[in-house]
Amino acid sequence: MQVTVKVFRFNPEKDKKPHYEKYKLEAEPTDRVLDMLEYIKGYYDGTLSFRRSCAHGICGSDAMRINGRNYLACKALLKDMHSKKITVEPILGLRVIKDLIVDMEQFFTHYKSVMPYFVNDEPPPPAERIQTIEERERFDDTTKCILCACCTTSCPIYWASDDYVGPAAMIAAHRFIFDSRDKAAAERLKILNDQFGVYRCHTIFNCTECCPREIEITQAIGELKAAIITGRVD
Amino acid sequence: MKKHQFDVIVIGAGGAGLMAALYASKTSNTAVISKLYPTRSHTGTAQGGVGAALANEEEDHWEWHTFDSVKGSDYLGDQDAIEFMCYEAVQAVYELEHYGLPFSRTPEGKIAQRPFGGHTNNITGKPVRRACYAADRTGHMILQTLYQQCLKNNVNFFDEFQVVDLLVVNGVAAGVVAIELGTSELHVFHAKSVIFATGGHGRVWDITSNAYAYTGDGIAITMRHGIPMEDMEFFQFHPTGIYKLGILITEGVRGEGGVLINGKGERFMERYAPKVKDLASRDVISRAMYLEMKAGNGINGQNYLYLDVRPETVNKYAALDGRRRQDGSPYVMTGEEIIAKLPDIVDFARTYLGVDPVAQPMPVQPTAHYTMGGIPTNKYGEAVIDENNTVMPGLYAAGEVACVSVHGANRLGTNSLLDLIVFGKHSGLRAAEYALGADFQPLPADPTEFTRAQFDRIRNVQGNEKILEISGKMKTEMMDLVGMFRTGEGMQSALEIVRELRERYKHIPLHDQGNVFNTELINIWELGNLLEIAELTTVCALARTESRGGHARDDYPKRDDVNWLKHTLAWVKPDGEIELRYKPVVITKYQPKERVY
Repeated sequence: MQVTVKVFRFNPEKDKKPHYEKYKLEAEPTDRVLDMLEYIKGYYDGTLSFRRSCAHGICGSDAMRINGRNYLACKALLKDMHSKKITVEPILGLRVIKDLIVDMEQFFTHYKSVMPYFVNDEPPPPAERIQTIEERERFDDTTKCILCACCTTSCPIYWASDDYVGPAAMIAAHRFIFDSRDKAAAERLKILNDQFGVYRCHTIFNCTECCPREIEITQAIGELKAAIITGRVD
Repeated sequence: MKKHQFDVIVIGAGGAGLMAALYASKTSNTAVISKLYPTRSHTGTAQGGVGAALANEEEDHWEWHTFDSVKGSDYLGDQDAIEFMCYEAVQAVYELEHYGLPFSRTPEGKIAQRPFGGHTNNITGKPVRRACYAADRTGHMILQTLYQQCLKNNVNFFDEFQVVDLLVVNGVAAGVVAIELGTSELHVFHAKSVIFATGGHGRVWDITSNAYAYTGDGIAITMRHGIPMEDMEFFQFHPTGIYKLGILITEGVRGEGGVLINGKGERFMERYAPKVKDLASRDVISRAMYLEMKAGNGINGQNYLYLDVRPETVNKYAALDGRRRQDGSPYVMTGEEIIAKLPDIVDFARTYLGVDPVAQPMPVQPTAHYTMGGIPTNKYGEAVIDENNTVMPGLYAAGEVACVSVHGANRLGTNSLLDLIVFGKHSGLRAAEYALGADFQPLPADPTEFTRAQFDRIRNVQGNEKILEISGKMKTEMMDLVGMFRTGEGMQSALEIVRELRERYKHIPLHDQGNVFNTELINIWELGNLLEIAELTTVCALARTESRGGHARDDYPKRDDVNWLKHTLAWVKPDGEIELRYKPVVITKYQPKERVY
């Protein structure tokens, strides 16, 4: 079927302001938005710029705003858009560098701020540390995060203030705080017990709705709030 | 141009690169240069598990793992290196766990393990649970864990920098040249040790599980400096890619009891591998699938088969096979258990196929998956650049870009993640040790000369060829003619086509003349790498007049140990001619014998 793809364009070396370009092309219902962007770049305009790598929803490169909602372009199939008109824009809240490419530095700075790494300075046993199936299950959901930034850049609170650490960083913190083997939960909770930490979350649920890994983000943030208030991690 | 100086430079931020960086950075000033943000690396897509004989679920021994890998390699793997890898595997997996990797767990709280193709109990010949897993996202967890530990250890990262040239001075590696993607500025990285960990080149083929980024950059860069490539004719086709898209469906699906079914409803692997059936090694299964489809046994006569992991199918065949749980009870799976063990597979099937795998079978076909060949190294990751295994000082390679060779003619599932962590670690250690005792080589007077020549050419082309047409033609022809089944005639014609495409490639005009994230410029450069690798692969494959592992020829259907129990080394000469020489396979305990599963 014929579809019209409207793409946000901005070339910092030429344009004073961004604009939109429309492209008409033939597409199959099972085509990914990423396939359409590749086609446009290959046959209509080689200057169109976007990030992509694995093309099946694991590497997290191609987070974009598609018809007003954040998706990975490789997981957004035409048939699921329920429209022959597709609008593709960069994710919001981060500086646009060129076309669909945004500056990810601030996003990764927030990620790095929550000690997103395993801490346990006790000498390890000769084999693995023991962890029960239930203890492992406790933080399973937040291990799925691929740092695509769909969640953080769908959050109106983050749009208003990029000092807010954002959902993705809190998911990273959650993954370690609720890991029975980790020893730095208190330090991470102290970092998040801040006006730019957990309290900025107003349970809007945009993050949870658009997470391509279907992580229950708002719930995880709620568990962090509870841990800070009760001083207990369980 | 900006200049930087580090003791150790690692190129690529997947499992091998990050492991190398983690270990090198303990004693040396280390930097990682990557064209992607590290967590975007292709290691993250690995699903099923990392092989190590922990014996957490049943009896197992690293020696069994060694033999299985030797047999899986169709006896082309170097046995000293395979012994080293399988022995080191156990400690390496424990180290990952100590770094916090969230493995799935057994009821006793140990690392959980599942069966995988070609991994067996060497006494009974039955599948053994050796793949250590974190649900079906083991690669994702390895990549995240190693990146996190690198952050903790303050490793320097240059993200979104494309390395485009290696600097060699006095026969010694002296650094690399990179393009900063955000600005197109050139950076010279002066180093004592250079570790290539740039991954594979599965984008040469049409149906592929590989990322867009998998364009063989490390191989292309080093071979332009006279470094030979080893065993480039061996490329793995994984049996179960999503029909038409090639997206990987892990062998873990079959480990959990899934079976392959043809258009007649038969579990056809019984006929090809009576003992282990759907858990034979990948080359065996992919070839069996090809033959079934060729015989008209595809689903509705089409070019695909079913991978069936519905509980009723799993339980039916588990009962027929007499499969039991650890406690001795019959192996019975519910839909919920399958979803819990394979959540990402369920998600892929629902998203891309519109199929719910616990209710319907999944249409699959073999997909280009893994580069067995690459930069020749010894077991410490040192590049060895001739048939006498002469070490090139300062140059290292690890992971898929390297050929140690532990995979020989066919890699076993779970041995790629293992390769990354074992040889990533040892190349990092060795590179740092070398850097401690070595001096910086003087840089060439004009270190970016070759880089500028390459990119000025691309920027100044007049012509009307299209990148997608040339890459599309390369991919379909390589899939048809230098894919799972090959013939001399077919490969000769592929060679002519690829050479013609290399000519046409010179006439792709660059529409984007800017400097900010010029992805078109990089894509054209990457296509050049793929075309050179396609040619090299074809030349090596044409010369090898036998069938072995991933290299299967209709005109030479048998393995020929008398003439071909040897590694190919291929040099690309400055005039573009390819010279082939050979070196012997290292055999310690296991004499080649017929391979039966």
